[in-house]
Amino acid sequence: MTHKQPVLDLSPPVSDEIRKTTCYMCACRCGINVHMKANGDGDMKVAYIEGNRDHPINKGVLCAKGSAGIMQHNAPARLRKPLKRVGERGSGEFEEIEWDEALQIATDWLAPIRAEAPEKLAFFTGRDQSQSFTSYWAQNFGTPNYAAHGGFCSVNMAAAGIYTMGGAFWEFGQPDWDHTKLFMLFGVAEDHDSNPIKMGIGKIKARGARVIGVNPIRTGYNAVADDWVGITPGTDGLFILSMIHCLMKAGRIDLDYLARFTDAPVLVNGDPASPDFGLFLRDANGNQQVICRKTGTLTAFDQPGVRPDLSATHVVGDITHRPVFHHMAEKYLTEDYTPEAVADRCGIPAKRIRAIAAEIARVAFDEAFELDHEWTDFRGDVHKTMTGRPVSFHAMRGISAHANGFQTCRALHTLQIILGTVEVPGGFRFKPPYPKPATAHPKPHCGVTPGKPLDGPHLGFVQGPADLALKPDGSPARIDKAFTWENPMSAHGLMHMVISNAHAGDPYKIDTLFLYMANMSWNSSMNTGGVMQMLTDKDASGDYVIPHVIYSDAYSSEMVAFADLILPDTTYLERHDCISLLDRPISEAGAAADAIRWPVVEPDRDVRGFQSVLCDLGARLGLPGFVDDTGGQKYADYADYIVNHERRPGIGPLAGFRGADGTDTGHGAPNPDQLDRYIKNGGFFTHHIPDGAQYYKPWNTAYQDWAVQTGLFDAPQPYLFSLYAEPLRRFQLAAEGHGDRQPPDHLRARIKHTMSPLPIWYETDQQGNDGFTITALTQRPMAMYHSWGSQNAWLRQLHGHNPLYVPTKLMREHGLSDGDWARVTSPHGEITVPVLEMAALNDNTVWTWNAIGKRKGAWALGDTAPEATKGFLLNHLIHELLPPKGDGLRWSNSDPITGQAAWFDLKVKIEKAPAQSESKPATPKQKSPVPAAARNLAWKTTD
Amino acid sequence: MTELPLQTRKKLGLVIDLDTCVGCHACVISCKGWNTENYGVPLSDQDAYGAAPSGTFLNRVHSYEVQPDTGPAQLVHFPKSCLHCEDAPCVTVCPTGASYKRVEDGIVLVNESDCIGCSLCAWACPYGARELDQAAGVMKKCTLCVDRIYNDNLPQEDRIPACVRTCPSGARHFGDLGDPDSDVSQLVADRGGVDLMPEMGTKPVNKYLPPRPKDQMPDIDVLAPFLAPVATEAKGFLGWLDRTLDKI
Repeated sequence: MTHKQPVLDLSPPVSDEIRKTTCYMCACRCGINVHMKANGDGDMKVAYIEGNRDHPINKGVLCAKGSAGIMQHNAPARLRKPLKRVGERGSGEFEEIEWDEALQIATDWLAPIRAEAPEKLAFFTGRDQSQSFTSYWAQNFGTPNYAAHGGFCSVNMAAAGIYTMGGAFWEFGQPDWDHTKLFMLFGVAEDHDSNPIKMGIGKIKARGARVIGVNPIRTGYNAVADDWVGITPGTDGLFILSMIHCLMKAGRIDLDYLARFTDAPVLVNGDPASPDFGLFLRDANGNQQVICRKTGTLTAFDQPGVRPDLSATHVVGDITHRPVFHHMAEKYLTEDYTPEAVADRCGIPAKRIRAIAAEIARVAFDEAFELDHEWTDFRGDVHKTMTGRPVSFHAMRGISAHANGFQTCRALHTLQIILGTVEVPGGFRFKPPYPKPATAHPKPHCGVTPGKPLDGPHLGFVQGPADLALKPDGSPARIDKAFTWENPMSAHGLMHMVISNAHAGDPYKIDTLFLYMANMSWNSSMNTGGVMQMLTDKDASGDYVIPHVIYSDAYSSEMVAFADLILPDTTYLERHDCISLLDRPISEAGAAADAIRWPVVEPDRDVRGFQSVLCDLGARLGLPGFVDDTGGQKYADYADYIVNHERRPGIGPLAGFRGADGTDTGHGAPNPDQLDRYIKNGGFFTHHIPDGAQYYKPWNTAYQDWAVQTGLFDAPQPYLFSLYAEPLRRFQLAAEGHGDRQPPDHLRARIKHTMSPLPIWYETDQQGNDGFTITALTQRPMAMYHSWGSQNAWLRQLHGHNPLYVPTKLMREHGLSDGDWARVTSPHGEITVPVLEMAALNDNTVWTWNAIGKRKGAWALGDTAPEATKGFLLNHLIHELLPPKGDGLRWSNSDPITGQAAWFDLKVKIEKAPAQSESKPATPKQKSPVPAAARNLAWKTTD
Repeated sequence: MTELPLQTRKKLGLVIDLDTCVGCHACVISCKGWNTENYGVPLSDQDAYGAAPSGTFLNRVHSYEVQPDTGPAQLVHFPKSCLHCEDAPCVTVCPTGASYKRVEDGIVLVNESDCIGCSLCAWACPYGARELDQAAGVMKKCTLCVDRIYNDNLPQEDRIPACVRTCPSGARHFGDLGDPDSDVSQLVADRGGVDLMPEMGTKPVNKYLPPRPKDQMPDIDVLAPFLAPVATEAKGFLGWLDRTLDKI
């Protein structure tokens, strides 16, 4: 047949309209262009989603999740109407009710609680992107029991970053992708800052820069890393401290940077008899004191012309007060941290540790460069150029989710700081409103008065024992025991302990558990089987131990079955949201940025955006922030709140287009047209940092002035990085017997040991782990976000199965072949699951994809869906408590400093099992509140 | 049997960088979305929420473990779609002329109205790059987004395939591989780009850039110049510190 070509229309219409909003397929929050087409009836429908080229986060690109958003928006698992439970909890038996009835039920439960004992409401909001709003609601309600999911995610990273240098990775800052030449990545990180990291890796590799990946599992970013370090899980801190040892010992550290911008020269009280032993010497104004190398005199660190001396000591009588840097030398130069001493525990040869430390130093110092930007520091010193040290780092939950995670994250930040790579060209850069030191954040509040708001924000950064959330009798004020001696610096709360503590009545009983988009009966809880039991347990009188459960979700998740009342949320394309500088911002290192979502389509179901429901419920309950002067509803919906709420005069949720005519930035009166201006601008707003203010932000007067003008803070607040974390030392002092507020005796030794003001590494609690020698981890696929992905017809074709990946050595040892089944046991539980061999894996680590396993009946999946038959959760093997120690106490499986859930401390053993038809344990089916899904899909919007 | 054009005026194709592909599947889903709404019949999904979901995709990412002779195992992510071969066996095998290679740019397409769904082309393709849509019964394959790359309704910068536009790590490049001066040809030359399975004689237009050598960092011992100690313990270190600070 001869060649013939049909005539093609090469310029077909792409869509009828593009509506620009913000993605919500994960927490990355990229800008998206939603292409709309009219269907046969003339209704505008979502046809195609692509990245927004103008958006600061993704600059046009979009990941698999983002492009698959259309299938989430059309998912058969979408809830359709408010639901009231009519069967037993857990069964999924509901009846559909009207919104008025739903809100009346909620009001009838909540109003008496507020009038009598507000703490009996526990309001936890999961993967919430509106925490500034939901916390405001909870504060006005008056309960101390509010937090989002940070406690079971990455609070160790966030808190360690804030306490050390005023911010951590992802939402706080990013590598200087334009200049970095060596990028080092620790642990599981694929699921945060997802597109920017991919873009960054692509960008730096294109110009020949190198990537080192430190992770027991070589997938994702580690697969493209030039060098892979398959470290033993939980030993990252030891590896990092050994590199610090090597760098200090070789003098390969930035002494000038350490002297000027960190607390390395700050003098530490050396008098063992002093109640301030180990705290900083401070002047009458509370400023840290240093010796000036020019004058040899004692002075506040921030005075004009001062040259802080890293070496000089201050002698008073027979007491020598030494600078932080002396303490560091004493701690890190010991033999404890030589590569030879740590190699076996880390699973990294000593020579390789040295090689990596040497490479970091070579790039930081031998490839240093200067940017021709003059800048002035807070002491008034003018610097003609900016010195670049092109080494950058990133880490998230991988190193966080261990019980030594906080100190490990502190160690990583310390490594960056001694290299002088933080806030310099080529290194790590903060994103506005960060940098912001711990002292500039709120402290936690827990003052409850029936019928009144809480006495301040729930969450914050404690500076010492005085800031703990304790009742007058010393018992925990919060249901999750955040900010107690068990985990004093729990900046994000402990969502993973709420159900367990509420069920145990420890520290007290609650009445209503109110949850938002957190799958706590399934993949978001440790001890999944136990949690389902706790939610369904009844007391002697036949009432549920946790009397009321209200839940809001857009989809038919596993948690839906365990609630008494369901408030159905919209999809992300049907709602207003703001991604606010007051909350979890999306700024870039070179600009402050915020964004909105807006209803690009109206819901076709009887559902409401959860935040708008809170505006309504808040008014019904008469919460002060939610009623106007006449007692009427103050905010008609969330959009009204976004535009008109002012946190301080002139400061609201959105920084852009403020003032009556929309020309003000940061400060300004509410602008009734603000949302329209955002929509016209592509759904976001950016405000760029001037050139001379781009780096050295904590100390750069031009940046500090810009931040004040932009409304990020009220006055310039230059500060020193905290290599030595004084708040930690204050808790140690208490444990040593100083002060009025004293820890219980059983915690004294642990506090003294773990709360070292200089980063340390310690082995996590191994009691009960005898015989369980293999570490078991989870990772989230790049194309999935926690439990959401499996309802998505496109994404589940990518990740519908989650075998247990087992390293070659263990496969051989246990006589396993691909497709065999293995019984995996931990001190807490047992699962039986299919296995698959993987060679690019630490020899003593097994892992699986997170949250692929589903309960039958959930997510509108068929009962024979692989997610519901062969899929499984490791959660069954992990308990929220450590094994009993025989002391009658409940020890949580968390970091002892922050309370972060120690997911990755899990130790297991494996053995070959007979072939199974389904993974074990198998949870009985829940009845689906939504109709069965269509079997086959094939549609065009225009049909 | 269908004839190929003697030559094409351009050789449009993709250059895929295996050194930076992180295996995120962004290209897979972006392609699925665009091509469901655009060229030809939608890409259907069977048993979409059931036991064995199976849909039509024009682009898939496969992952392979590689065990080098020395050093740790590696994982390579390998995106694969139609390579728009110069000697495309899928075209010559077509009994109806539905499969064809465009003279203007070398893109291999299926004229769906002439396709009888016999699947001979899918059997002939050594790369497994064609999929028969189970709902429509017609053969689907990568169109190189022929309805984007010349589309006057798109801004100039968006006249590229959807997979290239969306790729977060910049691992996908689009251009004329018949023009030795084009950016993609230069990239292939610089990075040693290769054909996939050249022994099949299909002369694929798409090229793959191989991963850079991995795990090459040499181990070093304690006396290596980059980490030569200035002192062996804290006291000596503080002495070094004082001497050094005097020089700053």
